[in-house]
Amino acid sequence: MSLIVAEKLVKTYSSGDLEVKAIRGVDFVIEPASFVSFIGPSGSGKSTLLNMIGCLDPPTEGQLKVVGQDVTGLSRQDAARFRGEHIGFVFQDFNLIPVLTVFENVEYPLQMVQSWPKDERMKRVQEMLDAVGMGDQGHKYPSQISGGQKQRVAVARALVTNAKLVLADEPTANLDRETATMVIELMKKMRDEFKTTFVFSTHDPRIVDNVEITFELEDGILKRHEMAKGGAHG
Amino acid sequence: MGNIFKLAARNLMRYKRRTMLTSMLITLGVVAVLLFVSISGSFKSLMIGQITDSMLGHIQIHKKGYLASIDSLPLNRNLTEQQVKKVIEALAGEPDVEAYSMRIRLGAMFSNFTETTNVRLNAVVPKDEEATAPLLPNRIIEGEKDGLLNPGEILIPELIAKGMKVKVGDGIVLVANNKDGSVNGQTFMVRGILEGISGPGGRDGMIHIEDAKSLLRINGVEVSEIAIRLNDIDRLDSVFASLQNKLGGLKNQQGQPVFEIHTWESISPFFNIAEMIDLMTFFIKIMLVAIVLVSIMNVMIMAVFERINEIGTISAIGTLPGKILGLFVVEGFLMGVLGTALGTVISLVTIAIMNVTQISFDFGRQTGLLLSPTIGVADVVTIVAIVIAIAVLASLQPAWKASKMDPITALKHV
Repeated sequence: MSLIVAEKLVKTYSSGDLEVKAIRGVDFVIEPASFVSFIGPSGSGKSTLLNMIGCLDPPTEGQLKVVGQDVTGLSRQDAARFRGEHIGFVFQDFNLIPVLTVFENVEYPLQMVQSWPKDERMKRVQEMLDAVGMGDQGHKYPSQISGGQKQRVAVARALVTNAKLVLADEPTANLDRETATMVIELMKKMRDEFKTTFVFSTHDPRIVDNVEITFELEDGILKRHEMAKGGAHG
Repeated sequence: MGNIFKLAARNLMRYKRRTMLTSMLITLGVVAVLLFVSISGSFKSLMIGQITDSMLGHIQIHKKGYLASIDSLPLNRNLTEQQVKKVIEALAGEPDVEAYSMRIRLGAMFSNFTETTNVRLNAVVPKDEEATAPLLPNRIIEGEKDGLLNPGEILIPELIAKGMKVKVGDGIVLVANNKDGSVNGQTFMVRGILEGISGPGGRDGMIHIEDAKSLLRINGVEVSEIAIRLNDIDRLDSVFASLQNKLGGLKNQQGQPVFEIHTWESISPFFNIAEMIDLMTFFIKIMLVAIVLVSIMNVMIMAVFERINEIGTISAIGTLPGKILGLFVVEGFLMGVLGTALGTVISLVTIAIMNVTQISFDFGRQTGLLLSPTIGVADVVTIVAIVIAIAVLASLQPAWKASKMDPITALKHV
């Protein structure tokens, strides 16, 4: 079963009498355990598309299935529940909660979203921190670690719930070259290890070079897609 | 829930100075209210005690219409023997009545053999009067206090003693009209000087009831008022209602009510002051509510504004709107609890210190009254509950706004 299926997806924003079509009838399919990026110039609609896939923004028209579920008509509450269960997020600015330690940041989705029992939670968080190479940094606060380390923690937080899909919006934009490469490699390793699909919205050629499928958007239309190896149909 | 409390506490500690300042504001408000309630309450009960225990009693029973014409001390509106009997029967069935005193109130001419003036007198059975107004002996500023007075003795008001230059042990003459208009005179020995107090009857002299009967040529039983003391002033309303039920409905042959029953509240002008104190307490509580509401709401609005991006993040990763709302409400709640706890501790310590240092004050002609502030558990619990409830209420709006925030807009916020 495909992980994401989009059919004739449209997103229109209204501002007074003005209507802006951010996405104009897009079709695509993404298979499980893929490494996918949406590229395109600013305003092309890649972030909008990512927000729709992430159930943060409902499509205006068309049908979108994520993890086999039609997410086009989800209520705000159900969308939040769906995200908590199936989707992980990695943000450009890392978005770690500053009052929580590294360990607690990774623990947050298990504790506040999925209510895991304490013992299992502790074990799982430590596993994830070890997997991203932050196993001995759990006691530190986000302000005490570097940007690359923050993004590693963010990846751990996105994967800790066994999410089938991780959406990453410009995950390397705030990282230096070396750290960015390290983070991309980490995400690829996580994909291999946990069979998680990573979907990026990016300008970063280092990500584009590493992904298996690239969708290029322009003015809300899917212009082309490239496949380094199998796994997607545009 | 514990996680929400932990996260809320951490968020509050993120802005330590702001949290402390807001909590201090709440603390100050709580301290102001608790101290005001305790001091004004103490002042109020002290003054009520002074008024009821040294003169009025808690409840008074008169013949219907007596109080309306009390300025002329009408002897033709005294209770008759039969009516007095009815009252005694009614009082016998009241377990909360500790004592009662029958009084004849009269006006007379007071002469020291060289000058004459008017005097208002209260004629009492000393033992009953002492039981009903136990602080009365304290008002005797000169002369023997024990036993109050004997037949042939008079306690004269302080101002008349000064004005007429009468001392303890002097002889005086009282001349009075009885209710039929005939005049009678009788000599008395000044037993003591009675301090004047505010309120009705507070500047009256006092003689023995048997002397009043002979002076007024009363045969049998005639009583102007029956003053009643209760075991517990908090039972005032229930005893009043019960007496009203037993006596208030009794009618004479003309179909008019026989008795009028009053609590001290409707007789003493101090009740208006007591009500004003209660009103001030109420307004101070309103101010406290306003302080808590404004300060918590202000802080929580700022907290939400400063953490928009964070709200977007936790919302994106699946935190349900209800939990986001709970997180901010708990922050307001914790600030309310912190401020209230500090305020309560400071207030209780201050009240204890005030009791140890024994602060005295003057009220009217009464000097050296000891202020003993106390505060009931119910008052503390009420104020604590009000503050915490208002703290929660004040954080609801910002919390609701946070929970309804669109995650995309929130994530874009810098």
